[in-house]
Amino acid sequence: MKKLLSILPLLVVVIGVHLLTSATDTMYYLTQMTMSAYYSLLIIGLCVLMGYAGQISLGHAGFFAIGGYLSAALTTRSLIPYQDTLPVKLLDSAGFLLAGQDLYGDSLLVVTPWAACILAVVTAALIAVAIGIPVLKLKGHYLAMATLGFGIIIYRVVLASEYFGEADGISEVPAFVLLPGLSVSGNFGDRVQNYYIAWGLLLIGMVLLLNLMDSRVGRALRGIHGSEEAADAMGVNTARFKLQTFVLSAVFAAIAGVFLTHYNGGIGPSEAGVMKSVRYVAIVAVGGMANLWGALLMGIVLNFLSLRGSFGSYDDAVFGLILILIMLFAPNGILSINVRYRLGQLLGRNKQDREGEM
Amino acid sequence: MTLELSIQYLMAGITYGSIYAIVAIGFNIIYNTTGIINFAQGEFVMFGGMIAITLLNFMPLPLAIFLAVVITMFIGALIEICFIRWLKSPSVLRMIIITIGISILSREVAVHIWGESIRSLPYFVGNEITSIPILGARISPQVMWVVLVSALMVVCLGLFFKTTSVGREMRACASNRKAATLCGINTRNMVTLSFVLSAGIGALAGCIMSPITYSQYDMGTGLAIKGFTVAILGGLGSSGGAVVAGLLLGVIEAFSVSVVPLAFQDAISIAILLGILFIRPQGLFGSKEAAGLKEY
Repeated sequence: MKKLLSILPLLVVVIGVHLLTSATDTMYYLTQMTMSAYYSLLIIGLCVLMGYAGQISLGHAGFFAIGGYLSAALTTRSLIPYQDTLPVKLLDSAGFLLAGQDLYGDSLLVVTPWAACILAVVTAALIAVAIGIPVLKLKGHYLAMATLGFGIIIYRVVLASEYFGEADGISEVPAFVLLPGLSVSGNFGDRVQNYYIAWGLLLIGMVLLLNLMDSRVGRALRGIHGSEEAADAMGVNTARFKLQTFVLSAVFAAIAGVFLTHYNGGIGPSEAGVMKSVRYVAIVAVGGMANLWGALLMGIVLNFLSLRGSFGSYDDAVFGLILILIMLFAPNGILSINVRYRLGQLLGRNKQDREGEM
Repeated sequence: MTLELSIQYLMAGITYGSIYAIVAIGFNIIYNTTGIINFAQGEFVMFGGMIAITLLNFMPLPLAIFLAVVITMFIGALIEICFIRWLKSPSVLRMIIITIGISILSREVAVHIWGESIRSLPYFVGNEITSIPILGARISPQVMWVVLVSALMVVCLGLFFKTTSVGREMRACASNRKAATLCGINTRNMVTLSFVLSAGIGALAGCIMSPITYSQYDMGTGLAIKGFTVAILGGLGSSGGAVVAGLLLGVIEAFSVSVVPLAFQDAISIAILLGILFIRPQGLFGSKEAAGLKEY
């Protein structure tokens, strides 16, 4: 209940932003706020994995892409050529298929968005389990390289397979009707509604993770981060907890991918790129690693600025620079910088070294 | 597959393999003195090639390559001094993130200087269609250059580490940093030197491979992944292992072209990387006992 209360100020801010933009006639900001919210959903998931469990992942754009691409492909690619195969028949009898027409008037048989969403998220979770079991045995550089490798493989696969549209990606993704009258789409008229859907989802995710981190699981994860051997010796099943967190963060990433793809009406291979994964890691680092609120705040601010094009052609450079500067000067995140202390240090009054371990 | 075709693939594999081996040795040099995997290693290769291409407008090829290597060494030193030298026992996660940041920043600097176009140095001898017949296969003289220069680099590095006093100091720093410091070796300078050295060999590799593989601002990530695969495959820190593993990976990749589509070629080496990490993280030649003492 306490956690629910701590979310309340955020809820007020969300509604405030809506009212402010509608009052100042700048409603177009809501579009970027919506997209930032979906990216932040991925980022808070990654924050739990990196900050709390201490496991770096340079492949989270891969999970985002699995979610986005699968739901996009399933809801746009016609299944008519495979109509007589068993999986398609099963889907059909379960009521998961939708007949329709494409732009050119040809008949189309696609999976309903709900079924596609579930399929995509479950697939991402299964892949996370399959990858996570061997990968999470690794540490440090090895873990970083292995997850980076996973990300690159996903990128190569979407770039090379015709089913996923190769370099063009998938467009014309239909709206995702959550409930009658409530749909995730890029329609102009649905902008406010989508803003609240995105933020609602983000708030639910946030409450979930805040509660999780305050529970037995959260304490176990912090124990693993501090010292895996010690946690192991205390009877924490480290392998299981690490895997669960990995899968949880992958599911968050996949859900973000599914929703953002429906919102944008398409997805391209750049979403699976290495730079995206690095960017997510950068944002978690800026937010202060084991700080869900920091990750959320930085996720919104940096993604919003990036989507508004504030960084121009230096977009990637800005994230690279942020990454280096934060890691050099404030490894505990930008919110941890004690301005007065820093000033004192600059003036030479306080020489004591406070740079602790990250 | 005919004999000629096999030889053709084999030579292509050896060419790429030599480059991978050099990148892997670059990883090893820095890893040995600092325990850091420098994710920006591939960017040194990119800088070497790109700078040489630019300098070629003003001077003859050998001088351009020489200057490019020197400038890249300077960049390597600068990176170490600015970002790494003054950190007090940073955690591994922090170092990974910093070197990734350096890699991105280098790439962005490159794209703003040279743009996204693909460039290349001219062939050192002859041109694109000059070839030497070997057992019926036709091999470009540039391939010989790559293989010979790489071999020379490996031998020179070996001699440097074995015979010179600086080389011995670097090895001392690699095996036990504290003890080396106590013996009066300036370990900090050794770390800078290791960055300079690995930047230098990376840049040279970037120059000799440029006529065949071309240079582009974003070539670094792919090379870094493959170099890392080779470094792991040969056992992290071992130069001999890196050479064998590099050639092995190059040849596997070259022959895989006849089985899987070209677009998936990168995926093959990454799959090998993942496989080796899961099964034998100590590398092909590492011993099980020694691996038991290390953390992966």
